[in-house]
Amino acid sequence: MSVDEKTVKRIAHLARIAVTDAEVPHLQSEINAILDFVETLEKVDVEGVEPMTSVVPMAMKKRQDGVTDGGIAAAIVANAPLSEDRYFMVPKVVE
Amino acid sequence: MTDLTALTLAEARDGLKKRSFSSLEITEAHLAAIEKARALNAFIAETPDVARAMAKASDARLGAGQGGPLEGVPLGIKDLFCTKGTQTTAGSRILKGFVPEYESTVTSQLWRDGAVMLGKLNLDEFAMGSSNETSAFGPVKSPWRRPGSNADLVPGGSSGGSAAAVAARLCLGATATDTGGSIRQPAAFTGTVGIKPTYGRCSRWGVVAFASSLDQAGPIARTVQDAAIMLRSMAGHDPKDTTSADIAVPDFEAAVSRGVKGLKIGIPKEYRVEGMPAEIERLWSEGAAWLRDAGAEIVEVSLPHTHYALPAYYIVAPAEASSNLARYDGVRYGLRVPGKDIVEMYEKTRAEGFGKEVRRRIMIGTYVLSAGYYDAYYVRAQKIRTLIKRDFEEVYAAGVDAILTPATPSAAFGLAEMSTASPVEMYLNDVFTVTVNMAGLPGISVPAGTDASGLPLGLQLIGRPFDEETLFAAAGIVEQAAGRVRLPDAWWA
Repeated sequence: MSVDEKTVKRIAHLARIAVTDAEVPHLQSEINAILDFVETLEKVDVEGVEPMTSVVPMAMKKRQDGVTDGGIAAAIVANAPLSEDRYFMVPKVVE
Repeated sequence: MTDLTALTLAEARDGLKKRSFSSLEITEAHLAAIEKARALNAFIAETPDVARAMAKASDARLGAGQGGPLEGVPLGIKDLFCTKGTQTTAGSRILKGFVPEYESTVTSQLWRDGAVMLGKLNLDEFAMGSSNETSAFGPVKSPWRRPGSNADLVPGGSSGGSAAAVAARLCLGATATDTGGSIRQPAAFTGTVGIKPTYGRCSRWGVVAFASSLDQAGPIARTVQDAAIMLRSMAGHDPKDTTSADIAVPDFEAAVSRGVKGLKIGIPKEYRVEGMPAEIERLWSEGAAWLRDAGAEIVEVSLPHTHYALPAYYIVAPAEASSNLARYDGVRYGLRVPGKDIVEMYEKTRAEGFGKEVRRRIMIGTYVLSAGYYDAYYVRAQKIRTLIKRDFEEVYAAGVDAILTPATPSAAFGLAEMSTASPVEMYLNDVFTVTVNMAGLPGISVPAGTDASGLPLGLQLIGRPFDEETLFAAAGIVEQAAGRVRLPDAWWA
């Protein structure tokens, strides 16, 4: 499989990464080189094989449904590029 | 007084306990060495004030006859571990200026045991790379050079700063992380010892995530014993990481001198790849002979899906990365580039904040997870991962205790030498190490010799899940037989 220029732009938008038209051909060839490289996987017979979900078998740990932390709003927004009154500030999303 | 930076971590620990020198003295010696080694670019941030304060506190505890297993020992920290109050960048522009409000579990355990932080070590951006050339803070130069040459070499990656700093004697040991080979490949390139423990052995909490099902923390140090000492402090169950294993941490140091008598060591025929340099082949047989001489039985084994590990990795790792790195959106931390609406803000922030390799991997990951391709790529790769793991399980079930392979397909290459190569050529560096991450197993890289130009080469030992002790025992034999590496003189100072 390989990707065309339109697909490259679509992937970039899905990934929320701005790309200029000038960057597209280069990205396209790099992505296609990687897709070529992984094409060999089509040769493997995976009939009846379960996909791996956990590399080390372990039971999902559960913790008590209780409050263990909190009251640290100032610490949470400490690294925000833009915050006000302990809120993260973003451009208007809903009109 | 002897040069305190030339000591091994074990010697330093013992000397500190005996009060032959103080933590402040050995810390100052390392801070001075770091200052003189700025040409290597191994550190993103030096933290001399933190180091001195920690050293003084250690001296007070040592003076009172107290102190933990690493009391007063100065270490370097890969800049992927969040350190409270100290900038943590993951080698990326997008996290420039990020000062965590919390401490990673692994580093907090090192401080609990008395270690001293010298600074934060350079790395490939988000640990994506094999040469430390993708860092937004510039490449790291290896302390190694070919004899008679001034050409700079790469230290390997992604833990290139860690490996270079340890080899250049800028710290007694360093933390590192390994998603596809990022501890073992730089260790092999710099003549140091690096171990990626079993998935779940070290907590991932507070370590900037790359590919969560593959990432593991581990140490890089100058001897097998030093790596064992560090791993004991780094490992252990953490309720804050649900994938962290609730298994007791053994005394790894005691395993180093255990020997390999009666062990069965497997040599996987599939690792004899086409075009493998003769010196790697020779090193590998030499390693097998050393283990045989020490009483191990050497058997040929087969891991038939080896060939598919690297391509499957380049689906699984980017897929997980694209998901993990979705958090860098310019809202909660890091860089923010304004846009006319929120989507444009995201897109501009991420285009400017991420470097080329990271952008490429996020896009690949986005593609293989997108509607219509998920089954063909991602699910298939996860099925192949099951087969890779099954290969190892069958070998271990047949009585093999550990597997011996080369660590890398070559010695270190030159800085910028691969700049015109395709991404896939760079990925081939991890051909021997990536299977271990795919199967969640422990793997250690230990210096075993040099190539024709005198550059270090490493051998890798792969173990059963949670049997790092056997790896330390076998690596101890290789280290003893090969002789300690003569590290390069300080041309950079």
